[in-house]
Amino acid sequence: MKNKPWKPWVLLAPSLTAVFFLLVIPVCFVIVYSFWLRGPSGQDIPAFQFGNYAKFFKDFFYPSILLSTLRVALETVFLCLVLGYIPAYFFYRTESRLKPFLMVLVMLPFWISFIIRTLSWINILGDSGLINHLLLKFNIINAPMPMLYNEGAVIMGLLQYLLPFMILNIYVSLDGIDKSLAEAAKSLGCTEWQAFKEVTLPLSLPGVSAGCLLVFVLTCGTYLPPMILGGPGNEMIANLIFKRVIGTLDWPFGSAISTVLMVLLMTIVYTYNRYMGISQIFKTLSNES
Amino acid sequence: MKQEKDPEFVKFTGIEKRFGKVLAVKRMDLEIPEGSLVTLLGPSGCGKTTLLRMLAGLESPTRGDIYIKGRRMNDTPIHKRNLGMIFQNYALFPHKTIFDNVAFGLKYRNISKSVIKDKVEKALETVRLPGVGERMPSQLSGGQQQRIALARAIVIEPDVLLMDEPLSALDENLREDMRREIDNLQQALGVTTIFVTHDQREALSMSDKVVVMKDGFIQQEGTPEEVYNNSINHFVADFLGHSNFINSVVKEKTGDFLSVTLEDDHTFFAVPAGVLNTGDKAEIVIRAQKFKLGYRTDHVPEEGMNVFFGKIVDRSYMGGEVSYFIELDNKLVLHAINFVKRSPYRRGDEVFMKVAPEHCRLLKL
Repeated sequence: MKNKPWKPWVLLAPSLTAVFFLLVIPVCFVIVYSFWLRGPSGQDIPAFQFGNYAKFFKDFFYPSILLSTLRVALETVFLCLVLGYIPAYFFYRTESRLKPFLMVLVMLPFWISFIIRTLSWINILGDSGLINHLLLKFNIINAPMPMLYNEGAVIMGLLQYLLPFMILNIYVSLDGIDKSLAEAAKSLGCTEWQAFKEVTLPLSLPGVSAGCLLVFVLTCGTYLPPMILGGPGNEMIANLIFKRVIGTLDWPFGSAISTVLMVLLMTIVYTYNRYMGISQIFKTLSNES
Repeated sequence: MKQEKDPEFVKFTGIEKRFGKVLAVKRMDLEIPEGSLVTLLGPSGCGKTTLLRMLAGLESPTRGDIYIKGRRMNDTPIHKRNLGMIFQNYALFPHKTIFDNVAFGLKYRNISKSVIKDKVEKALETVRLPGVGERMPSQLSGGQQQRIALARAIVIEPDVLLMDEPLSALDENLREDMRREIDNLQQALGVTTIFVTHDQREALSMSDKVVVMKDGFIQQEGTPEEVYNNSINHFVADFLGHSNFINSVVKEKTGDFLSVTLEDDHTFFAVPAGVLNTGDKAEIVIRAQKFKLGYRTDHVPEEGMNVFFGKIVDRSYMGGEVSYFIELDNKLVLHAINFVKRSPYRRGDEVFMKVAPEHCRLLKL
């Protein structure tokens, strides 16, 4: 039989074609648009000039939104990591027959519309929402506590969206760790905690690293939680793009902001990959087999 | 100068382990003498690994007590038991160098860095892998990894070395080498070792004592020769080596042997294992290697020798030996293994197979 090295590529061709036409080309359009001019009556004029970028960096207004987006993203990553590692570790260690059921619960949010899940937080955190209602009823407080339309509410909304991604990423990594490694460590003199610190935790870092990156990138690009749960000061960079493009139909400036965000994220992913190593993840996976 | 060895260095009394509704280990008593290599042998699910894991502290017994050096260990956590454990899949820490792997246990024993370095180097020499300290586990072969695991376990000078099927992940040729290596190392260090396996050859070749287990019970314990030659029940005789079982009824005592009647009314001579009375039903156990074969036409009757006649229905060449399945005139099929030199027989040959009465053991049914 002839060896045909192109054969596997046939399988990949549909996906590559889709990615090219549905992702690469539109992104190129966005980049091209970012150099265009916006006419006085709102029409787009083809051009090649950096006015849109200059506008973005002219004063501190737009960059500060970008910075606060990055800060919210980091806070979300940190909280997701802390809150996500614990259930992931539980799934790794448990022998319970309930485990498949509990795993389904983790994935359950994926089956409910993101927008509905986000809106439902209004009923929980709002002035007449569940929490305030209960606190008032039992006379713990006299007036409703403002819990909505601030950064905390935005992060809450982001957490409920992103936590499953973090849990699953860490769990997959933990699941690949032979449990006898921790047993070996304990037989050599480690306490349960020391065995975790020395063996399980370092070996789960690829999953932690992948989860953090995913949560970070997704946070930077999301606009629904800040739009629904955030106040005027909690706008994130994606809200800005949304407002420009959908609100004022200012495609050239919206495209410029998008390009800035894209370049920034690509730089961050590249640097992260360089030092934390996505390639490291693949290496670990291939060593397992 | 040799100190008195403690015959109860490791002791289980009335040990029992229940997983939900399943009793994995049932009321078991076992003593393991100091410095010996004891194998727990049995099919999967017989409770041998559970017993080992209870000793290690990885499972806690439902009932009963575990003693090491006379001290009750039930409530001692695993990291304070001072045991060396070897796992089937080596369980080397993949993110640590070989040196750090071997040094791991010493790090938790308040030993100075320079002493650790000496000890690790000595341990690596003991397993004949000096100079690999800087490498990562994934850079070593399976056999080498298992030797590193051995070094990591012995470097802490454990009271007991526990091995959970340490050879089963290795391929056939390597397994033989590794088995001898473990055997020699154990002899040299004199460390009390408990070895779990389902491979009878491993168990018979390296153990001071073999404990044959099934369904959570000890079936028989003794030296390899004892359990192999004097198997006390059908399971042990069947599990170890290749045995033939023939039903019979005890007739009378004839000299040193008992004469029994086979189902086809033949008279047969055998050695009783245990007390048997006339009229008792008994099972004759004959090892496949104990038969001597010859062409049927060459057969000369001998006084007091057991003989069967039959036809070879299957033959497989196994290198030094040939394994035959012989269908007797009464349709019973027996298994015989002979050396090639004496075994030029082909499928379909009519043969006789003789076996001396001392090689036929009678088990009461």
